[in-house]
Amino acid sequence: MSTSQIFLMTSTFLACGVEMVEALTIVLATGITRGWRSAMLGVAAALGALAVIVVLLGPAMARVPIGTMQIVVGSLMLVFGLQWLRKAILRSAGRKALHDEDKIFAAEQQIARQHMPDTKQPIDWYGFTLTFKGVFLEGLEVAFIVVTFGAAQQRIDLAAYGALAALIIVLAAGVLIHKPLSRVPENSLKYVVGLLLTSFGTFWTAEGIGVEWPGTDLALVVLLGFYAILATLIVRQMRATPKGVAV
Amino acid sequence: MKYITAFLLFWYDFIIGDDWRNAAATLIAIVLTVGALAAGLPAFWIFPVVIGLYLVSLLKTT
Repeated sequence: MSTSQIFLMTSTFLACGVEMVEALTIVLATGITRGWRSAMLGVAAALGALAVIVVLLGPAMARVPIGTMQIVVGSLMLVFGLQWLRKAILRSAGRKALHDEDKIFAAEQQIARQHMPDTKQPIDWYGFTLTFKGVFLEGLEVAFIVVTFGAAQQRIDLAAYGALAALIIVLAAGVLIHKPLSRVPENSLKYVVGLLLTSFGTFWTAEGIGVEWPGTDLALVVLLGFYAILATLIVRQMRATPKGVAV
Repeated sequence: MKYITAFLLFWYDFIIGDDWRNAAATLIAIVLTVGALAAGLPAFWIFPVVIGLYLVSLLKTT
């Protein structure tokens, strides 16, 4: 397996894992508060809608020329990676509040309690909509990550394996502990994923434009090292000059 | 209309997010790289430098 293929699977696994943890928090909060039947129907409907999108989108992506695909996907990945890396740097430096799944879980439960279920109705539409929306929106990001990352390297199968591994682990953890996965080091994960996406995005976009990277695939490792060292130095410098914390 | 707005908002949030400078840095890197390649200059260093400078600019974030 080449360096870029290892990067592909790792990035897909971590990025999809983070999105799935967020979706799981919404499903658990809704299921525990309003009942599991409607919550799970919402999940099933969202997964069905996502499957339709992936089936329609996948073959269309495979027809786009590889150079164009690398520029479009690479630049989107770079923008997305920079968003995560920026937040992760600010959080690590104490300039932004940490992402707290327990807090989000409590807020989602609060929302779910606002409209109590009508026991005469066979389906609690409010609970259904909450989980449908949560799973569909987070799932759309997962689908986008899998299809685009995979298509840019013409290995959708590897990207799908990465996402599948994340799904199995997050689902198993959710079923076993039945609580939001607040012990998952989500902020650290986002830091790593931000670095991976930024490195991958840089590599692909430049290559799609026509840049020949010295060392070909090994340039990915150098880029990752460069951004990691730079981010660490920035966090250190920020910690040395503390300012206010944004939420 | 509601769905089109939601679709556009999704992409705005996906691309621009909390800080428009992410997208601006990416666009600047693309333009400079295309220019350098057209002029026959080595261009592999442009992306890391532009993205690096954007990251360093975060030091000014309050």
